[in-house]
Amino acid sequence: MARPVTVDPVTTTRSTSILGTRVSRIEDPRLLTGASVFTADLDDRRLAGTAHAVFVRSPMAHATFTTIDTSAAAASQGVVAVLTASDLDIPPATPQFGAPMVEPYLAEGVVRYVGQAVAVVLADTEAQAVDAAELVAVDYRPLPAVVDVSAALRGGVVLFPDAGTNIASAQETAPDPALFDGCEVVVTQQIVNNRVAPAPMEGRAAAAVWLPRNSEYDGEGVATTTPPDRSENPLGGGGSGPNSAVDDDLRLTLWLPNQGAQTVKKNVVDAFGIDADRVHVITPDVGGAFGAKFGAEPDHIVIAAAARVLGRPVRWSETRSENLTVMPHGRAQYQTVSIGGTRDGRMIAYRLDVTQDAGAYPRLALETPHGTALMAPGVYAFDRCEVSTRCVLTTTTPVGAFRGAGRPEATAALERAVDLFAAEIGMDPAALRRRNLLPRFTSPFTSLTGAVYDSGDYPAALDRVLAAANYLALRAEQASRRRRREDVQLGIGLSTYVEITGSGKENATVQVHSDGSATVFTGVSPHGQGHATAFAMIVADRLGIPVQKIDLVWGDTDLVPRGGGTGGSRSLQLGGAAADGAALAVAELAKKRAGELWEVDPADLVIDTERAGVSVAGIPDRFVTFAELAAEEELSAKHLFAAEGATFPFGAHLAVVEVDIATGKVRLVRLVSIDDAGTVVNPMLAEGQRHGGLAQGVAQALYEEATFDEDGNPLTATFADYGIPTAADLPAFDLLDMETPTPYNVLGAKGIGEAATIGATPAVQNAVIDAVSYLGVRHIDMPLTPQRVWRAIRETD
Amino acid sequence: MIPAPFDYVRAASVAQALDVLHDHGDRARLLAGGQSLLPMMKLRLAAPEMLVDISDLDELRFVRRDGETVAIGGGTRYADLALSDVIRQSVPLIARAARRVGDAQVRYRGTLGGALAHADPAGDLPTAILALDGTIVISGPHGTRTVAAADFFIDYYTTALAADEILTEVRIPVTGAEKCWYDRFSERSAGWPIVAVAVAGTRIALAGMGATPLRAVAAEDVLAAGGDFAGAAELAAEGTAPVSDQRAHADYRRHLARVLTYRALQRAHSR
Repeated sequence: MARPVTVDPVTTTRSTSILGTRVSRIEDPRLLTGASVFTADLDDRRLAGTAHAVFVRSPMAHATFTTIDTSAAAASQGVVAVLTASDLDIPPATPQFGAPMVEPYLAEGVVRYVGQAVAVVLADTEAQAVDAAELVAVDYRPLPAVVDVSAALRGGVVLFPDAGTNIASAQETAPDPALFDGCEVVVTQQIVNNRVAPAPMEGRAAAAVWLPRNSEYDGEGVATTTPPDRSENPLGGGGSGPNSAVDDDLRLTLWLPNQGAQTVKKNVVDAFGIDADRVHVITPDVGGAFGAKFGAEPDHIVIAAAARVLGRPVRWSETRSENLTVMPHGRAQYQTVSIGGTRDGRMIAYRLDVTQDAGAYPRLALETPHGTALMAPGVYAFDRCEVSTRCVLTTTTPVGAFRGAGRPEATAALERAVDLFAAEIGMDPAALRRRNLLPRFTSPFTSLTGAVYDSGDYPAALDRVLAAANYLALRAEQASRRRRREDVQLGIGLSTYVEITGSGKENATVQVHSDGSATVFTGVSPHGQGHATAFAMIVADRLGIPVQKIDLVWGDTDLVPRGGGTGGSRSLQLGGAAADGAALAVAELAKKRAGELWEVDPADLVIDTERAGVSVAGIPDRFVTFAELAAEEELSAKHLFAAEGATFPFGAHLAVVEVDIATGKVRLVRLVSIDDAGTVVNPMLAEGQRHGGLAQGVAQALYEEATFDEDGNPLTATFADYGIPTAADLPAFDLLDMETPTPYNVLGAKGIGEAATIGATPAVQNAVIDAVSYLGVRHIDMPLTPQRVWRAIRETD
Repeated sequence: MIPAPFDYVRAASVAQALDVLHDHGDRARLLAGGQSLLPMMKLRLAAPEMLVDISDLDELRFVRRDGETVAIGGGTRYADLALSDVIRQSVPLIARAARRVGDAQVRYRGTLGGALAHADPAGDLPTAILALDGTIVISGPHGTRTVAAADFFIDYYTTALAADEILTEVRIPVTGAEKCWYDRFSERSAGWPIVAVAVAGTRIALAGMGATPLRAVAAEDVLAAGGDFAGAAELAAEGTAPVSDQRAHADYRRHLARVLTYRALQRAHSR
């Protein structure tokens, strides 16, 4: 592999750029014709003779137990083993995210949420494992559940008595008694940012096998180890591996849907306490993730451990109900906002207090409030801002990252606060926003919470959305319907937002092949977004190799040892910039090689993107293709891109809803959005991200909430009960384009993966409340179900 | 999502299906469209030892007009009902209700007989059949019997059907272009109804207001006595016993019954 080469972009001549054009997704034919391979579809010789895993999960939210009777299950037809915590033969789990509460891989004497795994059944077929799992008996002794965060904070029921508290982490700020000095009006409101389930189309899954480290898998035949005879496998657990003498020679190959194979690998290496070169993570196609497939979860570690204990490949694929109750949920914040200012509409001070429901164990929910705190003051020119956050454990599904992970919660709180303030002083919410938005800036702006916004023009975004929606006409229509006391009233909701994406480093390698094709190796990890198309466009733009001849490789830790994965809307701005840098490095390397070939100074050579090669400046006949150069010697270069800082996508959303006053039913009529994520590489891909983001944002506002009864039983464990909307529930979206480039990467790109989700939720919530505000309603918590809206209306009577 | 082990027979005729049911008693279940039974089996909420598949029996899939009665085979799909000219002309309420069931995939699999036998208290077709005073035709080991819709639904997911019987046919008096309307209220387009209302002339049936579909008797009485729609709708929830669950509280269901009844009466009679 070539050394990175310092490049000067000016030496590359580009005639017409493919960037910014609507190139069709090159990954789609495969995905749409069923040729994709998800983890459950794997047909790999290394998995021959696999055992199928099914978890035995707690039916109780909080209980102790002393014995797990696996005998009946172990004797059931086809069962290979039933493993409990002590059978896994791996080091104890360690604290995560700085919290003292440790999550075991399988429960050890206590369960803390419905769905927590207590044992795993391994059988020849999945059906046999499902049957046997019903036979595992656990002597649960119930403990009181604690579902409500206020109760969890009071500490009557403590999940980890040794910790003495349910608070897993906190960033408390001593209240400033002078925070609202100079404010004529201060409005305070408690807000629930509802818990949602990520619910990707593909749930969690894994396939694992341990093979001798020195055996090269030939990719065709059976691996050089033969799975041990089934009859020798331990029944009922207690196995110590197939042969501890050769154990150190075994290397794990682990397939799983994920957002960053390198992060998964680190988690696995840490869990097993083994050398990094003994773990190989492979990412098959991934059917959506939304932040909930980052890293290895306890279930994944158990699958890998079971494969080692059994000396046999193990596969697992969760059910939809497992997905809805065990995959980490998102959001779940209990917020108190206070906003103060003058009666003529100047917003002076803002206080945000967040209690994050973390669920039963420390997961990424311990990180998300940091994002909420950082983005608390948003797009507004407050004088003062104060934030406190704390994460509290409850006997519910653990909470992790979900599309936006902390930033949507910040925007939702703030945009509600702004509307509450507007209602209190009787000012139009658009006018209030317009008055208090930060003015356009082109050099970095440091917010009250220390975020350094790279570039932004918030007033322009708001003005354009208001104009496109014909805001004044909408208000006139609203007034008319109110005057006529119509059954169906109109609501108009706004949200102006800024969020944070990117920052950090990412690598890419571009290799040109002798047949004229190229491969891009990236440390990011697509799962639906369209990376293969975007990255091919970037490389095609630099080298002139057709998009169709550029392949993207990701998610295999042997092929791409380093990488940060895809999350936090980082892929294009970091991974894309790295691919651009690698393509430029390949171009420079090609010029160097051609210079040697022709004995010409590389400075006199130019890249000819029309013909995908190098020529002498001014002498087009003196030309060699990249393919010809690659035939002589490997033509490949790696680039590590490090961003100067985070980027801050921003935008404005305007939602129009109709509310049936008699029933409370909401119909979303329009959603007009600007989501400015800097320069757009492929408008079609960006629109796809915005469409999906808007849909999920609307879903949180109107339909979705993962709920539990007071005993901690999940009430939304199937799609019959968990309310994901369909296309029939959503209008066509009005997308307005706006591009404010970031100075931090050559593409000018910020992140687009989460932006629309962030803006849409409060716009829709504000619209619904706006529709019924004439009746005296000031606030309704999400999701804005018909019953909730109806009740809010009735309570004003 | 793997059901418990079960045996399976694809019945060649109703007679054969009856024989299998007779042999296996309540350990057997009939499989028609599978839109309720199969999800319950996958969740292991149901674990029949024998599935008798009647989904391919043409003798159960028909729509016939016979004088002033429409006869519909128990195996008739929702989509058949929604698209049938006979249904649309003779009992248009059935077509209206069938169009609102689930989504397209459900409508091309699910059957009228399955919906009635499953007897979900929030079901669309049970409510429509009840409003139309339909008659359920049941075949069993000792021949055929009929049960009025009003007597068919007994409790949650419980009907007058015995374990060894098959719902073969539903007979509905022809209403012709009688004023009718069907509306279901759900949070999402594909969601279960919280409350649904079927209006056929002056008959009103409600879903989601108790353990079975119910007739809004008090409201019907108001109409029969010459009262107006508002007066009738005001009493729509009288005599019902809605539950409070995660989908809706009882007071909201009662409120919806009144609102939806009023609107359905208006829609039915403005046509």
